Amino acid sequence: MESQFNAILIDPRDNVATVIKELAKGEKVVFLKEGIPVELVTTGVPIYHKVAICDIARGSFIYKYGEVIGIATGDIKKGMHVHTHNIRSASQFEEGSDDR
Amino acid sequence: MKFLGYKRPDGRVGIRNHVLILSTVGCAAEVARQVAEGLNGAVSFINQNGCGETEKNLKRTRDVLVGMIANPNVYGAIAIGLGCEINQMGDFLKLVRERTNKPVEYLLIQEEGGSINTIAKATRLAQRMIIEASTCKREECDISNLILGVECGGSDATSGLVANPVMGLVSDKLIAMGATSMFSETVEMIGAEHLLAKRAVTPELGQRILQIVHAREEEQIAVGEDIRKTQPSPGNRAGGITTLEEKSLGCIHKGGHTPVMEFVDYAQEPTKKGLVLMDTPCYDLVSVTAKAAGGCQLIVFTTGRGNTVGNPVVPVMKVTANGMTYRHMEDNHDMDLSGVLDGKLSLEEQADIVLAEILRILEGKMTKAEVLKFGYSETVISRACEYC
Repeated sequence: MESQFNAILIDPRDNVATVIKELAKGEKVVFLKEGIPVELVTTGVPIYHKVAICDIARGSFIYKYGEVIGIATGDIKKGMHVHTHNIRSASQFEEGSDDR
Repeated sequence: MKFLGYKRPDGRVGIRNHVLILSTVGCAAEVARQVAEGLNGAVSFINQNGCGETEKNLKRTRDVLVGMIANPNVYGAIAIGLGCEINQMGDFLKLVRERTNKPVEYLLIQEEGGSINTIAKATRLAQRMIIEASTCKREECDISNLILGVECGGSDATSGLVANPVMGLVSDKLIAMGATSMFSETVEMIGAEHLLAKRAVTPELGQRILQIVHAREEEQIAVGEDIRKTQPSPGNRAGGITTLEEKSLGCIHKGGHTPVMEFVDYAQEPTKKGLVLMDTPCYDLVSVTAKAAGGCQLIVFTTGRGNTVGNPVVPVMKVTANGMTYRHMEDNHDMDLSGVLDGKLSLEEQADIVLAEILRILEGKMTKAEVLKFGYSETVISRACEYC
């Protein structure tokens, strides 16, 4: 069955989407953001893994579920696979830096 | 939003109208089963506790048994004990009366002169109560009376991606209308407790969230399990989960985004409306039982691999976004959410469809687990040191 979308953006605040089929380098990622279809080209991402939907600078937070799930350990370009090679847990960073 | 429910004398609102045949000690469990089995309109469950227990365990037993009677889906109850047990009927009934004034009758097998006499008398009492219950009519009630339990189990990649986010949107919508949504399974909050604490309605509650989660983490470490070191598992990572907070969020996201109003202890009823947490182990049967005892009228259970769980007093509506699981185990699951993964529906559209189905179930549409009479054997009470 041909699907209209091949990725899910769980929350409009997120900067990563999760792909629902394996995508090769050069393929289009298509997802809905607040009801509007968004397209971008990926460098390749395995099924159920995350793809950056905008450029994310080193040290920036990664948002999924509208919440912080990690911190970028290098610059991440829009369309790149986001995983253990370029992000890490942000919980210690948050606890250490949060002055609330 | 309004729905048709049963108004109880204690002010609560039920979505079912059961008479509960309850054994207050394991010695009366078979009598309770035989009574319930012969009656149309009665429910029961195996209770193997109520005697030979430490104080901590006796409290858990009583909290669950009292809570099951107090659950608004129960019209009234017949409590059956043996007589000499630690969970003495007089003390037990006092606890029941602190929670509810609904009809409750009791019998003790040692006073009635054996099992057969008890079965006969309990059957007559229950028959009368069921006929009374059958005259109750559904009336228009506000949705703010609803305590929805949200639970997940047998998860796979589709759970964190679709089923739990859909339930998060449903929770947000119900809470916006004044209802309560509750999730639990404290161990699964590890790694995201700081995010939950930030959403607490007061700083004191934020501290309580951190304390409870860390206490559960210490218990895990004491038995050799350090979740921060072992999770996400290599299998989780291969499946696309990168960090522990991402994994935990995939689970707790089923509660939505609203502020956390309260964190209640095991099997306790919330005193606040909105998003409420309950401190339970993550064994589904224990957690579902605790939510029923805490007054949830309906539990929505998200799964990926498939699940069977039911409850004797609370409908358990099972949903999955894994279309293969739905088709493979269709007799256990009420809704297939895989349309989101097929690109046919947005999370928002799917949430509206689930909410419409929830309203039908509130008003009497039966879940598959109810039709199969599941729940009798799946009611499990937490034991100190037993379940993580």
